[in-house]
Amino acid sequence: MNVYDVIVIGGGVVGTAVLRSLSAYHSKVLLLEKSSDVACGSSRANSGIVHAGYDAETGTKKAYFNVKGAAMYPSLTAELDVPYKKVGSLVAARKDGLPALTVLRDRGIANGVDVRIIERDEILALEPNIADDIVYALYAPEAGIVSPYQLTIAQADHAVVNGAEVRLEEKVIAIDKTQGGFVVRTEKGEYSARYVVNAAGAGGAEVNALVGEEAYVETHAVGDYFILDRKESGVVRTVVFPLPDERGKGILVAPTADGNVILGPTSRKVPHEQAEENAVTAAGLQYVREGVARLMKNVNVRSAIRVYAGTRTAIGSDFIIEESEKVEGFYMILGICSPGLTSAPAIGECVAEEIATKLTLAKKDSMLPLPASFRFREATPKEIALKAQEDPAFGRIVCRCEKVTEGEIVRAVHSPVPARTVDAVKRRVRAGMGRCQGGFCQPRVMEILSRELGIPMTSVRKGDAGSEIAPYEVKDGYETL
Amino acid sequence: MKHFDVVIIGGGPAGMAAAIGAREQGASVAILERDVRLGGILNQCIHNGFGLHYFGEELTGPEYAERFRKKVLSDSGIKVYLEAMVLSLTEDRVVTAVSPTEGLIELSAGSVVLAMGCRERSAGAIGLIGTRPAGIYTAGMAQRLSNVDGFLVGKEVVILGSGDIGLIMARRMTSEGAKVKLVMELMPFSSGLKRNIVQCLQDYDIPLRYSTTVTRVTGKERLTGVYVAPVDDKLQPILEKEEYISCDTLLLSVGLIPENDLIAGSAIEMSRITSGAVVDEYRQTSVPGIFSAGNVLHVHDLVDNVSEEAYVAGTAAAKYARGAIEDTPCMQVTTGTGVRYALPQRIHKGEGTVRLYFRVDKVYRGMTVTARSEGVLLKKKKTMVLAPGEMQYIEIDKSLVMGDVCVALEE
Repeated sequence: MNVYDVIVIGGGVVGTAVLRSLSAYHSKVLLLEKSSDVACGSSRANSGIVHAGYDAETGTKKAYFNVKGAAMYPSLTAELDVPYKKVGSLVAARKDGLPALTVLRDRGIANGVDVRIIERDEILALEPNIADDIVYALYAPEAGIVSPYQLTIAQADHAVVNGAEVRLEEKVIAIDKTQGGFVVRTEKGEYSARYVVNAAGAGGAEVNALVGEEAYVETHAVGDYFILDRKESGVVRTVVFPLPDERGKGILVAPTADGNVILGPTSRKVPHEQAEENAVTAAGLQYVREGVARLMKNVNVRSAIRVYAGTRTAIGSDFIIEESEKVEGFYMILGICSPGLTSAPAIGECVAEEIATKLTLAKKDSMLPLPASFRFREATPKEIALKAQEDPAFGRIVCRCEKVTEGEIVRAVHSPVPARTVDAVKRRVRAGMGRCQGGFCQPRVMEILSRELGIPMTSVRKGDAGSEIAPYEVKDGYETL
Repeated sequence: MKHFDVVIIGGGPAGMAAAIGAREQGASVAILERDVRLGGILNQCIHNGFGLHYFGEELTGPEYAERFRKKVLSDSGIKVYLEAMVLSLTEDRVVTAVSPTEGLIELSAGSVVLAMGCRERSAGAIGLIGTRPAGIYTAGMAQRLSNVDGFLVGKEVVILGSGDIGLIMARRMTSEGAKVKLVMELMPFSSGLKRNIVQCLQDYDIPLRYSTTVTRVTGKERLTGVYVAPVDDKLQPILEKEEYISCDTLLLSVGLIPENDLIAGSAIEMSRITSGAVVDEYRQTSVPGIFSAGNVLHVHDLVDNVSEEAYVAGTAAAKYARGAIEDTPCMQVTTGTGVRYALPQRIHKGEGTVRLYFRVDKVYRGMTVTARSEGVLLKKKKTMVLAPGEMQYIEIDKSLVMGDVCVALEE
């Protein structure tokens, strides 16, 4: 049996953050993920906001990790080459909203966040398209935007480069407590470890149940989003929120780190069995449209290139980040809803440090860097000419909309956490994320996956098992290129 | 930087016909094609019905393409760049592209013909409600997978939209043993050709429901079904009449969009209705020396018309490159009752005839198409049935034109 120091269950932004931080120590660590890729739960479908930290109640774990995590983002994303921009955020309020803004401001100051209330003229200078009746806003210049799935993938890749293992499509079905550790069983194998970290997101309560820990009551909220065409990118510059209410932070309008515009999310409670369904509703989309219209002018929702839904799971009002009192060596990181993305790097660092201390793992002098990336759409003509000469595949554009080359796709398939599905390729290199949504490039991406993985075209999947895209061969004639 | 008299962006039916037109004028020509061979979307259209107008015989898509391809490839005056993706085009006609064999390509052009074709509207663009499983495809993607790659996307099929590719794919998937349960169209009429409705649906007993849409899709990994409902006169679904149809495949044939990303934000005047450039009868855009033809200009239903239009553009582009197009004053072509758009949108004063292509905004019976200038009737044409899915034209004598021309339907 494979023996590890630590097994992390769940490959979201939290689990991969823990894994990456653990790989900074001399350690043998493994991450088990039930889906075909990391970043398949909440980490792939959220707003992608690095919150400044004024929202969470002072003294909570949320406030602590939010502020600490936000401060890590500039250097972390630079190190991992993940799209991130510090664009600032506004909580926009009408005339009667000043008292509520003041509460947020004071909380922000108590949390150690740079925030101030600004008035109409200054708001207009930041957001020319703000709605006419917005006269006050809470401005937090430190807020940012990030690609949440690219961060998750990069954390996992970086951990693997530094010796960690990631096993995909391994759903944990049993955890046995042994002398001095655990045996974790999946449908594919058995692994033993001294520590187990439950970072299973929406599946966290189920994993808890496997060791007899408390099956916390989770609430799952589904949010609908629109992503707008890149050509609309000028309409909003900062992250614009309405005043928060009891349901959450409300419908925001923001640029994305990849150059689109994001609108949403709603907050619709769903039962546990629907937590991973992520179905968009017509009512939800309408709610987003109305929310956007109250906040901003000139936002052309008709230029949406994609609508989707994501689920966030909460337990009570704060994060759960603790070692089990009942089961020694079982660490729980649960209920990581907003500001979970912002907090994740800090949570990862903190949990890894605690575990390393307990297991007396020595810290490495330094971590190996990720291999240098090449993004055609960001390259200069000179760089393109050079790269294409070096390897013609980097001169062959596969995704027209996002200008992604075959070379980038091949590299994604052979990356530290390999992309094995069309969606995994899409999350890594953006092939299919543009305005035609893969209408042109998807068959070509499938061909590359088939060739590079040595699997038949009929086995190429969109995502998890059962999502084969073209499962049958044709009988009749067809043209071969 | 290499120089060509005429640089053509796109090597589909429009690009090839433009090249032939330009060569007949003696121009040096380059075609930049992003696929591995010339022919464009014709390569995946293995059904027949192409060429009835242009060649007077019925050909498959690949056969139709082959006639042009042969001519283009055997002409040493045409340089063909394959797998070449154009990255930028400047107003002074410098074209930058990239290809695996040539690396970065920079060409200067005497004139440019835009022939990039169109793309399909996606599920995202129509805001499809429900989950995001495998099993939802644009009709053209499914067509490419079956006809070029040799793979079938599913066995129980529902099709949203009655565009021609959707209709063709209904027949194609049926012939492969799939069951096409329903084709539905949001509008009360089809945007496809009448002959396709007859030959692809009626001949196979595939039901077509008008004024109906998909309200929701279900399934986590693979599509398990769709909810469909009739729509009211504001095109909003009547949810009380929603019904569930189990299926593993949803094909979308919900519209084609000219692929003009390359010139987005440029000085070229665009039409809000066609989503293509505004052109004169030579298919010259508002930026002199830049021409546009085929589906990138406006979506055609017959490739024959594309070839004809692109031949005109290629011929004129070659003349422009050698300074042989006179810049005479233009008159506007406008539209009246029942006409959604007419193209070209302007014509030069002069001699000769010009065809004004147009589409109607809904189905009309027994109407007369008229072209009037300053109220004076230039031409009229009685029609039996006019449908939005079938492009029409009316030919006028330029010498009769006094001022702006209006194309309209009259009782």
